[in-house]
Amino acid sequence: MNTALNQYFKLVSHEIRLEFKNKQALTSLLVYSLATIFIAYISYRTALDPITWNALFWIIMLFAATNAIARSFLQESRGLQLFHYILLNPSIVILAKTSYNILLLSVLGIINLLAFSLFFALPIENLMQFIGGLFLGSFGLSAVLTLVSGIVSKAHSQAALVAILGFPLLFPLLITIIKFSNLAISGVDWSVNQPNFLLLIALNSIIVALSFLLFPYLWRD
Amino acid sequence: MTIARSWWWKIGALLLLFYTYYEGFVGEVPRMPILNETIRNLYFHVTMWMAMLVLMICNAFYGIIYLNKSDLYHDLVAEESGRMAMVFGIAGLLTGMVWANYTWGAPWVNDPQLNGTAASLLIYAAYFILRNAVQDDHKRARLAAVYGIFAFVMMIVFIMVLPKMTDSLHPGKGGNPGFNKYDLDANMRMVFYPAVLGWTLLGVWMMSLRVRIKKLEWIKDDQ
Repeated sequence: MNTALNQYFKLVSHEIRLEFKNKQALTSLLVYSLATIFIAYISYRTALDPITWNALFWIIMLFAATNAIARSFLQESRGLQLFHYILLNPSIVILAKTSYNILLLSVLGIINLLAFSLFFALPIENLMQFIGGLFLGSFGLSAVLTLVSGIVSKAHSQAALVAILGFPLLFPLLITIIKFSNLAISGVDWSVNQPNFLLLIALNSIIVALSFLLFPYLWRD
Repeated sequence: MTIARSWWWKIGALLLLFYTYYEGFVGEVPRMPILNETIRNLYFHVTMWMAMLVLMICNAFYGIIYLNKSDLYHDLVAEESGRMAMVFGIAGLLTGMVWANYTWGAPWVNDPQLNGTAASLLIYAAYFILRNAVQDDHKRARLAAVYGIFAFVMMIVFIMVLPKMTDSLHPGKGGNPGFNKYDLDANMRMVFYPAVLGWTLLGVWMMSLRVRIKKLEWIKDDQ
């Protein structure tokens, strides 16, 4: 158990160091989402009503997440994959990758939120609830897309397949997260939003449990 | 797979479907406002979803078996049940659209159940895109099984859990009274349950036929 935990932390810190060693991917990701938000800004040019604001925010998050996570397995060389395959426990690998992507996407989400508040006014009544939802949403998006990216990397197919396979799987998560955020934006009492919060946690747990169980089958080649 | 070749349950399916059609078109149904005679669609619309659900379970179940046994035959059954689930899903969507047009006034309304089924059709479309993207048989089977199991769980959440939490026009959801409360009387129940069984058996029959054709093609290719 101790070695598993050790492996996990090693892998997460490896991912972080790899990202900062090659900052190009990080920068392009940032530019991608800022450019998308700017496109939304010059298309609308007015203040948005809360529902449109929320939908736009999550659609941009969805595309940024797909862009960010699609490469998480594809960028690894065949040799490195073989090296991991011999030495590591596959369930730990997927957990580490997912955790790193959650971290990445949460930070990206906060940056997106700041950019949104700059270009469009911030209509959120209950900011803490919204940020909690942002974290849970990033969690779910990362977990689903990381597994899908693992499937696509084994299929030796182009990265566009990640979006095709991932989007239908994300419908339940997106519906719930958009509902949760809408309620957070309108500033309802916590007791009203609590069922959605619990549903999100349940969904995220199911997703992580499934990728933990299923990923080892992808791994053996 | 001797059960696929035996005939008794196929006769049973045919008899049940004859009964469904007979009762569906000339049987006694309750007179309901708005629904009127369209209530007969219950035997042809709701039953499609039941058959689809059974075939989806089949798909996920054989996916799990494939992952444990690595026998391509199990993958074949999973693939064909996914295909048949799509056929029944489209049939259910079409019959539902006809029904919705006469009762809710439009063929497509923003309803969680409709969105759920549209999503499940998209998921199966993605499943087949994934299958086509991979060349190697065993790898295709493995990836498809993993995706299929994951998709199945997400879909169950979407079509079983989420509609219960939102308002729906469908009976029994979001404060609408359920069928059993007012219009699914004992008379209709006597047709509805056999109809579910009949359509499900028909779906399994169609699926098993496709599996057997594919198996014959494999044997031909080997020679």
